[in-house]
Amino acid sequence: MKENNKTYWKGIEQLTNDPEFVKNADKEFPEFASSGSGEEGPSRRDFLKLMGFSLAAASLAACEAPVRKAIPYVNKPVDINPSIPNYYASTFASGGDYASIVVKTREGRPIKVDGNELSSINGKGVSAIVEASVLSLYDKQRLAGPHINGERADWAKLDSEVKSKLASAGAVKIVTNTVISPSTEAALAKFAEAFGGAEIITYDPISNYGITKAAEVSYGAAALPTYQFDKAKVIVSFGADFLGTWISPIEFAKQYAKGRKITKEKPEMSRHYQFESNLSLTGSNADYRTPIKASQSGLAVLALYNAIAKKAGSSTYTAPAVEIANLEKAANELWASRGASLVVSGSNDPNVQVVINAINDLLSNNGVTVDYSKPSYFRKGDDARMNQFVADLNAGRVGGVVFYNCNPAYDFAKGAELAAGIAKAKVSVATNGTMDETASLVQYVAPDHHYLESWNDFNPRKGEYSLSQPTISPLFDTRQAQDSFLTWSGDTTSYYDFLQENWRSSVFGTQSETSNFQEFWDRSLFNGVYSIASESVASSALGDISAAASAIAKAYKADNTGTELVVYTKIGIGNGTFANNPWLQEMSDPISKATWDNYLTVSQKWANDNGLKMFEGATQKAKLTVGDKSVIVPVLVQPGQANGTVGLALGYGRTKAGRVANGVGVNAYELLSLKDGFVNFAVTEGVSVELTSDKYKIAQTQTHQTYMGRDFVVQESILPKYKEDAFAGRYQPKIYKEGEFVKPSKISLWKGHQYSQHHWGLAIDMNSCIGCGACTVACQVENNVAVVGKQEVLNRREMAWIRIDRYYSSDAEVGDNDGLEVAAENPEVVFQPMMCQHCNNAPCETVCPVAATTHSSEGLNQMTYNRCIGTRYCANNCPYKVRRFNWFKYHDNKSFSAVNVAQNDDLGKMVLNPDVTVRARGVIEKCSMCVQRIQSGKLTAKRENRKVQDGEINTACATACPTDAIVFGDMNDPNSKITATLKIQEDTLSATKEVNEERAYHVLEEVNVNPNVWYFTKIRNKDKSEA
Amino acid sequence: MQVTSSVREPLITGGKTLKDVTHDVSRQVEGKPTLGWILGLLVAVGTLLLGSLALVATLWEGIGMWGLNKTIGWAWDITNFVWWVGIGHAGTLISAVLLLFRQKWRMAINRAAEAMTIFAVICAAMFPIIHMGRPWLGAYWALPLPNTFGSLWVNFNSPLLWDVFAISTYFSVSLVFWYIGLIPDFATIRDRATGLRRTIYGALSFGWDGAAKTWSRYESVALILAGLATPLVLSVHTIVSFDFATSVIPGWHTTIFPPYFVAGAIFSGFAMVLTLMIITRKVFKLEDYITIGHIELMNIVIIITGSIVGIAYITEFFIAWYSGVAAEQYAFMNRAFGPYAWAYWSMMTCNVISPQLFWFKKIRTSIVATFALSIVVNIGMWFERFVIIVTSLHRDYLPSSWAMFYPTLSDIGVYLFTFGLFFTLFLLFAKFFPVINMAEVKSIVKSSSEKVNK
Repeated sequence: MKENNKTYWKGIEQLTNDPEFVKNADKEFPEFASSGSGEEGPSRRDFLKLMGFSLAAASLAACEAPVRKAIPYVNKPVDINPSIPNYYASTFASGGDYASIVVKTREGRPIKVDGNELSSINGKGVSAIVEASVLSLYDKQRLAGPHINGERADWAKLDSEVKSKLASAGAVKIVTNTVISPSTEAALAKFAEAFGGAEIITYDPISNYGITKAAEVSYGAAALPTYQFDKAKVIVSFGADFLGTWISPIEFAKQYAKGRKITKEKPEMSRHYQFESNLSLTGSNADYRTPIKASQSGLAVLALYNAIAKKAGSSTYTAPAVEIANLEKAANELWASRGASLVVSGSNDPNVQVVINAINDLLSNNGVTVDYSKPSYFRKGDDARMNQFVADLNAGRVGGVVFYNCNPAYDFAKGAELAAGIAKAKVSVATNGTMDETASLVQYVAPDHHYLESWNDFNPRKGEYSLSQPTISPLFDTRQAQDSFLTWSGDTTSYYDFLQENWRSSVFGTQSETSNFQEFWDRSLFNGVYSIASESVASSALGDISAAASAIAKAYKADNTGTELVVYTKIGIGNGTFANNPWLQEMSDPISKATWDNYLTVSQKWANDNGLKMFEGATQKAKLTVGDKSVIVPVLVQPGQANGTVGLALGYGRTKAGRVANGVGVNAYELLSLKDGFVNFAVTEGVSVELTSDKYKIAQTQTHQTYMGRDFVVQESILPKYKEDAFAGRYQPKIYKEGEFVKPSKISLWKGHQYSQHHWGLAIDMNSCIGCGACTVACQVENNVAVVGKQEVLNRREMAWIRIDRYYSSDAEVGDNDGLEVAAENPEVVFQPMMCQHCNNAPCETVCPVAATTHSSEGLNQMTYNRCIGTRYCANNCPYKVRRFNWFKYHDNKSFSAVNVAQNDDLGKMVLNPDVTVRARGVIEKCSMCVQRIQSGKLTAKRENRKVQDGEINTACATACPTDAIVFGDMNDPNSKITATLKIQEDTLSATKEVNEERAYHVLEEVNVNPNVWYFTKIRNKDKSEA
Repeated sequence: MQVTSSVREPLITGGKTLKDVTHDVSRQVEGKPTLGWILGLLVAVGTLLLGSLALVATLWEGIGMWGLNKTIGWAWDITNFVWWVGIGHAGTLISAVLLLFRQKWRMAINRAAEAMTIFAVICAAMFPIIHMGRPWLGAYWALPLPNTFGSLWVNFNSPLLWDVFAISTYFSVSLVFWYIGLIPDFATIRDRATGLRRTIYGALSFGWDGAAKTWSRYESVALILAGLATPLVLSVHTIVSFDFATSVIPGWHTTIFPPYFVAGAIFSGFAMVLTLMIITRKVFKLEDYITIGHIELMNIVIIITGSIVGIAYITEFFIAWYSGVAAEQYAFMNRAFGPYAWAYWSMMTCNVISPQLFWFKKIRTSIVATFALSIVVNIGMWFERFVIIVTSLHRDYLPSSWAMFYPTLSDIGVYLFTFGLFFTLFLLFAKFFPVINMAEVKSIVKSSSEKVNK
């Protein structure tokens, strides 16, 4: 800078050379210069003043206020209003697991995922995995940027190296899970084309290759059909867990529930037969469930075919005879409901699926309940090609390999072989978002965005489209994989433009509502979904099934004596992709009620034979040997497990998933066999189980399996009885009072509440509840419920506000207390969602010494965390045991940081719902009936100067429920759904509502705590003689 | 003063004179600590320190240090609380109720029994505070204090609040009663002492002058306090039992609880008095004051209260069956035959069967047998509370929530802490306070006409 000679004056005094100024000009604080006492320096007064000031300043500086970074917007973003959530339609897809969703964001952070009501596939329903996926966004295990040979690199370097190396690598193969995005497929195709027609190999961890392959055999096109469980009066499933984990469970659960809802006016429901080895969620909902060995499953399907063919007059096939209970009965009923029945199989054996197709053809279900003319694309995996790829890789025939968001080193049967072969390829690339088992083996990792940061489109079914849009700007230096593919293929268009272009050219033309593409695009994006209607037609069968039948007769055995392993998928962990999500790890399995583990499920008979008795989760480990591989796994005694079989869940045993999942359970993928050309999830030969003496504890949230014949807890009946008497199965306690027997609610010490405005309540249909647990995760997300980890679950201290009680039936008589504790060999199962019952005569409210839990003027039992001193008296006195205590400080506590990510990790905390307090140590918490949603709904109505409309407020659990088993509403509102469901006729403001629905009951009615939660009796569609 | 017939057994044996009484009792206060006492104090303080590790861990980390869970919200904490409160019943019963009934035999033991009461209540009162999730707030929020939190007030419906009043009233009345009784004795020690000791005991004796007027007031106050304390003996454990009786949990929701708890409290209190007295009389050579007669009488109280408790146990079963309430019936079947049957049968053996041995005069006049049985009774009474609290909670209405309780080191440690505290306080009391009410005992020395004046 140039020297300047300008002079700046301190003031006018300096300019005028005021003598008073000049005198003190060299003093630092001329103001504090001596006053009065001459030139002796500061006076005593000044000294004291300065001292006083310094002391005060020092003391003030010492008590520093914590810095809270709440910075207001300088320029407020148009769409973001602090504390007002925004909702964006988007799509969850992981491989072929699909759900159209609505993402709730607060101040730019996605915090909750709900189903998209406009979706014809999943509607407003979600699954546990979809609900929990929002936490995976904030997972610190995600890669923060591109990596080359495990070292952090920049994108430019990675791009240039990948491009040049792939160009010279020779044969390039792209490995992916099912891609249901047409634009992604286009981008992949572009990429493949750029590298000499690289082969795209699709596989699925949970393969349904058998169905697609069979469809090719039967109808000439490899695809999954569209199933219509709602149109089926008789459903027969051979091991297909269609309510829990099979293909598109949310959709199927929704359809299934339609056929299971009954009213007095329409006392009809579908009948469901299940033939399976492990007790699945679907099997536990079946009216008739027959445990069969996996080695018999093909023969069972063939036997059903023969039975039906006999009736239809078609040719039958010879096969070893199997004795399977209920099969004949199922065949008769299927035949009686021709055209309105459905037979499915979970088998991955194409031959079995061919026979299934033939059965549905014989039953005229083709085009009605099974629709191949409207193919679904949820699974496109080809086990044979993937198998071939592993062989090629190891033989050095693959020059370059690109893994597109898939982890075959972990989740493919030959994962170990594949892992060993990756190094043989000259170039290896992965777009995986984390350094997982596969990504850690490749040279270049170009991490993809999380789906909540991405643009994409989806075509899960013919004529069904949906879009996903970013709900947050990328947290890390990641790049959408499709952008990577386009970049590597030399295309400079962004994927967003590419996507729009693709829609303009292929989808836009299918509609005639608008000729403006932007308008079409905006509407599709707003709705999240777009459909093209099409008619269902029956596909014509190609040929006979004799080849399949003879293959089945050869491959399956009627009398296998060896132990059989049936590998299954758990609802929470699924295929293991999201294993690092603590919400899913701690989600209690709907059947076993276990968390944080996989285990070998064995039958009660096996346990008795081997002297194993489980008590409070305490068990022993066993050595499971499959062929030449063996693993040590804990054993869980599972009523309903077919004798001679054992079950083991996939998705565990991750080694590089991250802090949460590493080392949890064992990997079952490596036990699967590919020897028949498809991934066989049942291993029927060479399996042995040897109980070791090692003790182990499985963390179960429920250790008592039966409801002890307590009809005051679970009330159930069967359809024929319900038809005769709508009160069937009801336990109606009466108490003697002054010469007559009256309902317990007629006797009370309390005057009773009056609710002049709203009276919130829940009605829970145990007939619709399939036990999937989506509500439990939804509640966890909505209400910032802490994850406590395996040890604390073992200590019986999980924090769930809503749980699903699962009870098995027992063969013992009421009164035989010991006998009732033992579940039946093949039990009937009942699911009972249990949350705070918001009692009108709440036992918790009277006992709190400090009135921390009180009753609201709208019927809610409310918890004031700030006031709670933690005596736990309320929890003890709660007959439903739904109150949860903060035994430790779960947030910001190192001891829980590994599991309670959402409350400990700076990134994880972004998922917290700002409307709900994170509870402190030492206070009780429990279901609030989503009071934050109620308040917000009321405020909106108040602002708009109107009454709250039914349906505009809904709890997280009811919203998530794919089967609408939970109905929330205002019982004071004569037009609400809950009033109609419960048939509340009397227009009363009293807390005690007269409910006229025959099936509705209060759990523990005789205690007269008078809950605001009603349950509907469980009705099974069984014949009278068998119930 | 009444005159006791010479046919009756003397209450004080050994032909003690008034001077002997003063000497025998004051000697402990004035002499050097004995080796036994020092060792005892070391053990007690050691236990206290060891237990305080658990206490500090609990306060620092949270209630999660204990074995409690979602189903069982109270276990050792409230078991210990009720147990200690129960023990704290004997003192007031002996001094107040027996005073009103003119039972003179009480005079030799009431001082120590009252001291025990106070220390037991201190131990008991700790638990309602430390069992809270947030004791730093709960310790004063549970009191109806005017505050600036808005119009926040305590919930008068809650039995826990009643507990606060019951325990604090009981504690204050017992403390005042005990202390007033101590005043003449402190004066006696003061009069015998010199130097610092004289000053301290002088201060403690509130300037007692031994005038007739003072004695008259002393007697009146004692009677008034006895009148006040007597209903408390019944009310405290009645109210403690309301914690359970007013709830809806099968096994808790029982109208028999008040009398049953009071009987149980007296039962365990007398057992604890016996345990302590048998040691004290031996160590301090007070066999002439605390005689076999005392022990026998207390054992008779134990038979009576033990039998009441036993009948209560059986009645509960009968009522559970008679009620026709399935959950209630199960709760009791589960007590006797469920996973905690061992606790139930320990309780039955200790509380119902073992005291019946006292029907034999040989046993009830045997010091060794009494000592052993007094401990057995206290173990039994601890199990009674454990059975009521834990076995009722662990399997209540919904089988899905059924669970087990397993104590942790912290549970044990906190219990140990109260033992350490109790014995530390008791040993300090035994050394520095007159363990026998000299003034009162002198009145029975006089009134029994057996004495020979030396």
